[in-house]
Amino acid sequence: MTDLSIQLINLFASFLLLLAFAMLAQRRVVNLVQIYAMQGLTVVAATSVVAYVTHQNQLYYSAAMTLVLKVFLIPWILRRLIKRLDIRWDVETLINIPSMMLIGIVLVIFSFNLALPIASLSTSISPGTLGIALACVLLSFMMMITRSKALPQVIGFLSMENALVFAATSATSGMPMVVELGIALDVLVGVFILGVFMFQIREQFESLDISHLENLKEE
Amino acid sequence: MSPLFLVLATPLLGSLVLGIMGHRPNGRNVNVFFSFATFLAAVFLTTRIVADGPIFALNQQFFIDSLNIFLVTLTAFIGFTTSVFSRPYMRIEEDRGKMSHSRMRLYFSMYQLFNFCMLLALTTNNMGILWVAMEAATLTTVLLVSVYRTPASLEAAWKYFILCGVGIAQALLGTILLYMAAQKVIAPGVNPLLWSNLNAVKTLLNPGVMALAFVFLLVGYGTKVGLAPLHNWLPDAHAEGPTPISAVLSGLLLNVALYAVIRCKILADGALHNHFAGHLMIGFGLLSVLVGAFSLLRQRDIKRMFSYSSIEHMGIITFAFGMGGPIANFAGLLHMTVHALSKSAVFYAVGHAAQKAGTQIMENIRGLIKVSPTVGWGLMMGTLAILGMPPFGIFASEFMILTSAMHQLPWAAPVLLLGLAVAFGAIFSRVQPMVFGETNVKRLAHPPALLPVFLHLGLALMLGLYIPGYLNHWFVQAAAIIGG
Repeated sequence: MTDLSIQLINLFASFLLLLAFAMLAQRRVVNLVQIYAMQGLTVVAATSVVAYVTHQNQLYYSAAMTLVLKVFLIPWILRRLIKRLDIRWDVETLINIPSMMLIGIVLVIFSFNLALPIASLSTSISPGTLGIALACVLLSFMMMITRSKALPQVIGFLSMENALVFAATSATSGMPMVVELGIALDVLVGVFILGVFMFQIREQFESLDISHLENLKEE
Repeated sequence: MSPLFLVLATPLLGSLVLGIMGHRPNGRNVNVFFSFATFLAAVFLTTRIVADGPIFALNQQFFIDSLNIFLVTLTAFIGFTTSVFSRPYMRIEEDRGKMSHSRMRLYFSMYQLFNFCMLLALTTNNMGILWVAMEAATLTTVLLVSVYRTPASLEAAWKYFILCGVGIAQALLGTILLYMAAQKVIAPGVNPLLWSNLNAVKTLLNPGVMALAFVFLLVGYGTKVGLAPLHNWLPDAHAEGPTPISAVLSGLLLNVALYAVIRCKILADGALHNHFAGHLMIGFGLLSVLVGAFSLLRQRDIKRMFSYSSIEHMGIITFAFGMGGPIANFAGLLHMTVHALSKSAVFYAVGHAAQKAGTQIMENIRGLIKVSPTVGWGLMMGTLAILGMPPFGIFASEFMILTSAMHQLPWAAPVLLLGLAVAFGAIFSRVQPMVFGETNVKRLAHPPALLPVFLHLGLALMLGLYIPGYLNHWFVQAAAIIGG
């Protein structure tokens, strides 16, 4: 039984990594939201399996919260934003996709090396996934650096948070409930603020290209 | 009702009330009222701590000891004086059409909420809640930085949000790793995220995990402290937001973030048995001093200039805590206090000076001493205080930091001195003509609130000459807790 569940968690973890790469390569904003929702679903599945195996009820709540928030609510808000801002255009990337994939692979190897010595200390049932979680954090970080439009940057930020939740599940079998609630609240408020922001940015610059936001520097 | 409850509940209630009626003409008075009530509650809490020593509250979720009590009082005090300052300041901004009714409501409500988040971060014993409160403090101020809706302020707020968001995400990873290390050694049934519990078992925590956790925590919270090379958001956010917000960001939020770093350092030191954490902080600190000082030379905007000075000072404090030892820690704590007082005083004076001149570009601000002698003197004295002239408190703390650097890290002392000298030259040469030059601008419509400026400077002066017994006692105790 535990064998199967460990296999399952590893499967979900690799799924998460795959989605992180898919996000790096995805050019269309609408599809990015789709991938983000799938990522959320994967985290929900992984959390539920850990909850089932370790019999921790609070992990079920955490999974339910992730489901409501990151699979339904936030993607719904993002889609509405896209619709109201009318931005279904392509996302251009600064470096070309193959070289980005290569850099991504280097990042994965790096995070596996980083996680290797400490993974054995993990108290959870699947210590091997810590490296994957770390890799997803770094990949989302890279996505934020390489994107020049506002919404993809935000999605990168959100997917980083997804990876962190997964890290918490895989390394420690979940943080205490108060903390998870606080994190979820922060993320939700953050998304609302960003939504407000995008309208303000568009109003001022008539575009959501972040490259307009490069005037503040020393002369 | 316990005073701690009042300290946290007052600003939270204030944000609700002001969210409903903040746009009314007396919204600014209500804002002052709530800030004053918070300050009173903090004073009440302080007297309790002076009498009874450290306390736990609410199932150990809150914890007040010598390390955070003076920060709580300082935060409540500067929160109060800033609310006094923002009364005339925001009124003038409103008259000039920069703020609408709904923006005023947002401003006051978020101001109170921001104070609440900082006080929560300072008093909580739970490392997870500390993270949540730090992130919430960022979120509350993002909309305040962009409140003028100019292209520059939007850009600053976006940068602030994204950079601090990414930074604070690293801190969450650090917290997760800390939790992972703690689960191994803490008995079941004991909450492994509570700092006091972690502190009790810190020597048993796994060094490998703790080293990695500390790196992430330092980078994460260090972004909010404004440590170079993660400081890019800070000058923009300080320069483009309303000046009262610059004052609280510089005077308070940076301190709170640094407080989080110090709490983490205590745990890392215990687990690692070496100076890894200290060395990292020394490196980041010195780099920030140099980057801050040399960037000062290129500034034209007065608020940008003083925000680079904040980076420099945060570097000095981080360096002091990195060095460790009773004297350097004591000096670091004193510097945190005096810097917060002086820098917010400088921002108050700068705010009125910039409002008077109608610009933040330093070349166009001239002759303050003729138009409004009090603003001019306030700016001059504040500048001297922030530059570490005796007899202000910063002189005392910088002197202690330098002398302990000469003992412990002789190579670092010249670097620090260089940074201080460059900062002195850069700031003084620009402030002097602003205060004493020729001018022909008009007076302001509403009398500026200068009481806070001189109150803060008076306190900074007092701390340079004499430190009250209980404060001294806290500093000594907190320095011992930090160790090093």
